[in-house]
Amino acid sequence: MSAHDHSSPHPEPAAPQHGGDYEIMETAVRELLVEKKLIGPGEIRRQIEVLDSRSPALGAKVVARAWLDAGFRGRLLENGRRACEELGISFYDDTQLIVLENTESVHNLVVCTLCSCYPRPVLGLPPDWYKVKPYRARAVSEPRKVLEEFGTHIPDNVEIRVSDSTALVRYLVLPLRPEGTEGFSEEDLAALVTRDAMIGVVAANPPTRSA
Amino acid sequence: MRDDTIPAGAPLTGMVFAEGERPVFSPGDKARILARSPVGHYRVPTYMRGKFCTVEKIIEPAAVDNEEEAFGRNAGSKRHYYRVAVPMSELWPEYKGPATDGLRIEVYETWLERVPA
Repeated sequence: MSAHDHSSPHPEPAAPQHGGDYEIMETAVRELLVEKKLIGPGEIRRQIEVLDSRSPALGAKVVARAWLDAGFRGRLLENGRRACEELGISFYDDTQLIVLENTESVHNLVVCTLCSCYPRPVLGLPPDWYKVKPYRARAVSEPRKVLEEFGTHIPDNVEIRVSDSTALVRYLVLPLRPEGTEGFSEEDLAALVTRDAMIGVVAANPPTRSA
Repeated sequence: MRDDTIPAGAPLTGMVFAEGERPVFSPGDKARILARSPVGHYRVPTYMRGKFCTVEKIIEPAAVDNEEEAFGRNAGSKRHYYRVAVPMSELWPEYKGPATDGLRIEVYETWLERVPA
């Protein structure tokens, strides 16, 4: 199955309501900060541009490079942030990045139970389901059931490791390289790496027969 | 930020470190996440409090306490965060999955107490 066609495991997520209290508070604080000249509208727009320049394509490039280049893979697992910076991906904040390697015996899953911490410098904005309470609560208490709902079956002899991001560290899953991808270019490999695979809810896509 | 691509050498004999400069815990140490309930901003989720864990990795570099930083106190003493491992069965006694399933989380030094091995 493709990682793109799964429906959300939570058909009616408790997504923040537009015009809700927090949105009103955010607008009020933002307008106050601008009014007091502590920040300007240009700075807000610039930060939105920073975020808009980040997408899962960056993470996919990192993963594909790690699959092809053992030296890079080693540096990536040693210090995720430095290795991403090596590829020209900037980290605009003080967060560190730990890259979690999936193996035949370990499957990693990432969540932020407190809010929505996410490796934004390399993946961009998180999906809605990542930010709502059902995923956040269940990923740490019944991860296997959550994975099944994403269509991912992890056998009992494979350890599940859930990483809860809370403070300084962000996490990126390095999925297993799919079989049948020998000789693939970095670009071809990157096309198999989805956002969801780097969160750990699905595996990387298998190569299509026509490819 | 410190350049941590260059590993720190072993300390010279007679070197005295400032309080909090060196990590208190090492990988493999057994610890307990404290069960306190502070008022205000905190970064240790409730479900982790009071649980036993094993230190897996020291997060470098040392950092200011996020919980203090939330109130604008972003200067002064820095300590380490630790990536700790907690078995799912320690968190959820009724957990049905394999005993090897576990959770990893980063915890600030002031939230950990040593447990005799």
